Amino acid sequence: MSFLFEAGHRGCAGCCDAMVAKFVLMAAGEDCIIISPTGCLEVMTTPYPESSWGVPWIHSLFENAASVASGVEAGLKALGKFEKTKVIAMGGDGATLDIGIRGISGAFERGHDITYVCIDNEAYMNTGVQRSGATPFDASTTTSPAGSESFGNQRPKKDMPAILAAHGAPYIATCSLGYPKDLIKKVKKALDVEGPTYIHAHAPCTTGWGFDTSKTVEIAKLAVQTGLWPLYEMEDGEITSVKKIGKQKKPVEDYLRMQRRFKHLFTKEGGDEELKKIQVLADKNIVKFGLE
Amino acid sequence: MAVIRDLNKDKMDVVEGSYAVAHSVKVCKPNVISAYPITPQTHIVEDLSQFMADGEIPNCEYINVESEFSALSALVGSSAVGARCYSATTSQGLELMHEILFNVSGMRLPIVMTIANRAVSAPINIWNDQQDSISQRDTGWIQLYAEDLQEASDMTAQAFKIAEDKDVMLPAMACMDGFILSHVYEPMVLLEQDLVDEYLPTYAPEYTLDTKNPLTFGAFADPEIYTEFRYLQQKAMDNALPKIEEAANDFHKVFGRYYGGLVDEYETEDAEIILMAMGSVVGTIKDTIDGLRAKGVKVGLLKVRSFRPFPVEAIHNAIKNAKVVVAIDKNISLGLNEGALFTETKASLYNTNIDMPVIGRMIGHGGRDIPVSTIEKIVDEAANVMKSGISVESQYADLKEELL
Amino acid sequence: MSIRLGGVCEPGSTRVNKTGGWRTFRPVYDYDKCIKCKLCELLCPDMSVLEWENGYFQFDYDFCKGCGICANECPKNAISMVLEEK
Repeated sequence: MSFLFEAGHRGCAGCCDAMVAKFVLMAAGEDCIIISPTGCLEVMTTPYPESSWGVPWIHSLFENAASVASGVEAGLKALGKFEKTKVIAMGGDGATLDIGIRGISGAFERGHDITYVCIDNEAYMNTGVQRSGATPFDASTTTSPAGSESFGNQRPKKDMPAILAAHGAPYIATCSLGYPKDLIKKVKKALDVEGPTYIHAHAPCTTGWGFDTSKTVEIAKLAVQTGLWPLYEMEDGEITSVKKIGKQKKPVEDYLRMQRRFKHLFTKEGGDEELKKIQVLADKNIVKFGLE
Repeated sequence: MAVIRDLNKDKMDVVEGSYAVAHSVKVCKPNVISAYPITPQTHIVEDLSQFMADGEIPNCEYINVESEFSALSALVGSSAVGARCYSATTSQGLELMHEILFNVSGMRLPIVMTIANRAVSAPINIWNDQQDSISQRDTGWIQLYAEDLQEASDMTAQAFKIAEDKDVMLPAMACMDGFILSHVYEPMVLLEQDLVDEYLPTYAPEYTLDTKNPLTFGAFADPEIYTEFRYLQQKAMDNALPKIEEAANDFHKVFGRYYGGLVDEYETEDAEIILMAMGSVVGTIKDTIDGLRAKGVKVGLLKVRSFRPFPVEAIHNAIKNAKVVVAIDKNISLGLNEGALFTETKASLYNTNIDMPVIGRMIGHGGRDIPVSTIEKIVDEAANVMKSGISVESQYADLKEELL
Repeated sequence: MSIRLGGVCEPGSTRVNKTGGWRTFRPVYDYDKCIKCKLCELLCPDMSVLEWENGYFQFDYDFCKGCGICANECPKNAISMVLEEK
């Protein structure tokens, strides 16, 4: 018996990257080529001579997954091998929206027929939990730590779906490993749509966020239920579906309290005010995306 | 073997160097071309896109990338699926690619790039010198330097053949001096399609990204195994030495043209003074030598065609009977005050019995014109070394003192 | 084993690395409570929930890292995390 994403990888117990990768491969099947940037997913799955990948897979550098994917797509087309093979770039938030933004912008502007899956665990995890452009407001990371003078990261998350919608991507979806069937459905759709499509998957990281390994899925669900991580689909720049929260709505504290990276909001003086700010962000999302 | 340049007048056209190279790329049947424009490479990529627009390159995709970094990154993906890949760049673009040059070589992807050699910023300067490619000499790319348009054009086919050889599988830079060769018109023979089909086999790598036979490319190598990867790359460079000669000889058999393999010698048999140089300056030096020989000066030229792999044995064989050798460099290693051809030649002689003085002269940086008088001056200095020994080991030969 | 050109690796070859040794707790099924919803199989990050007989599942203790996600998410509390005795 073999899996397209095999056991024996060095991911932490309860690893979010492993789960998203597994789900993506369940959606894609064996007729795909995966391109990964440097990061947890790459390092934990490919210590030479071992590899967890049951499909063709390539890693080049940190910032060029989208560019390499462009080349894979072009190469397959030139050789007449493109047909049904899906070209999927899959990597972390830092590699996608910080150092890799040049490459993904170029790839999407050129309109290659690829799908890019960003596994967003909201920091540079592989190098030790440093702040990235995807780190949320008030999160403590090793380069934006909470301290006596600081509540942690003071900048909002970079809105990558909006950036790529502006590039004319025909299909963009946010999803969460807390809702795996929704994630798989959206990845399948992204793979089917011709042109550059983007999946932004929320991935709570047990080591980086500071919670028990068994809580990965639970915390992912809470992020959605507070409104902090809205689940939606965009087609040609218009939002075409959202997952409503309705009666499941939770206050942001329920989500933040479970993570060490937000602990300072509950222990430091002035933390209450910060929690209110975060609740405002969640409420704004609920209004903006119609999640009520 | 002496250089053979008998060109069939019926087959000759007056074309721009860039056009000739673009044409060569076309007939080598590439599968993926990625291009980001940078002076003075622009005409090459423009001509290629016109060929694409006119349907002259079948089975090929042309990617208008958003930076040189992506130009080469895209080719990593293309090469890994088994496509024959080409790009061109220079100067700042090549420097931007620095990270990925190592990556391509380490992954053993035989991508070919034309480098239209240009000076490096700062200060910004678009004219020719060889600082750009020389500064990348440690990255594991084969580097060949062309003397004129005909060679630059023909070198493209040779570069693919050498790079894609199963015992090499390293990427290759085909270097031609920017503007001097890229933007100049000369009568020449464009690379012939039917002969290229005979000369260059189809690219068929052993390992590709293939859903029918999935493999992982680009795993990480821990301390227990990394050294052996590097060793194998060095071994591939060693294998490239005879392959470069072979490719040149085979090219001669098929096309009837020859410019030397690893090196090329001009009037070196009885030379007391030997000048060593790479690229278009070779033409000027040959003219200078003709003039000096007529006056009885025993001077010769060793054209170094392959800089990586560095052809130690070929160089030693060529210079061993000279009384003084001058290495001419269009580049400088700052902090050492030497050009790379000089440093590496000198170092390679150290533990041998070859004992003559070797000096280095840097000229032509930032596109400074190299008249015959500059070369004559260098030959004079070499003659003085023969008489009285080395006074200055390495310096600029065309420095303008009045600007300092 | 000698290095292959460019360092290419065989698919699925991490299976030589038995991550089961990482565990502190191991999951155990109470099949009376199990409704065969397949959620545990879906969620396991280490492919350590394998199809068994009659629609039930069993754990692959060679690889299970004992993360406890299956136990945490099981809608019928049919999985308990038990301290490894070694």
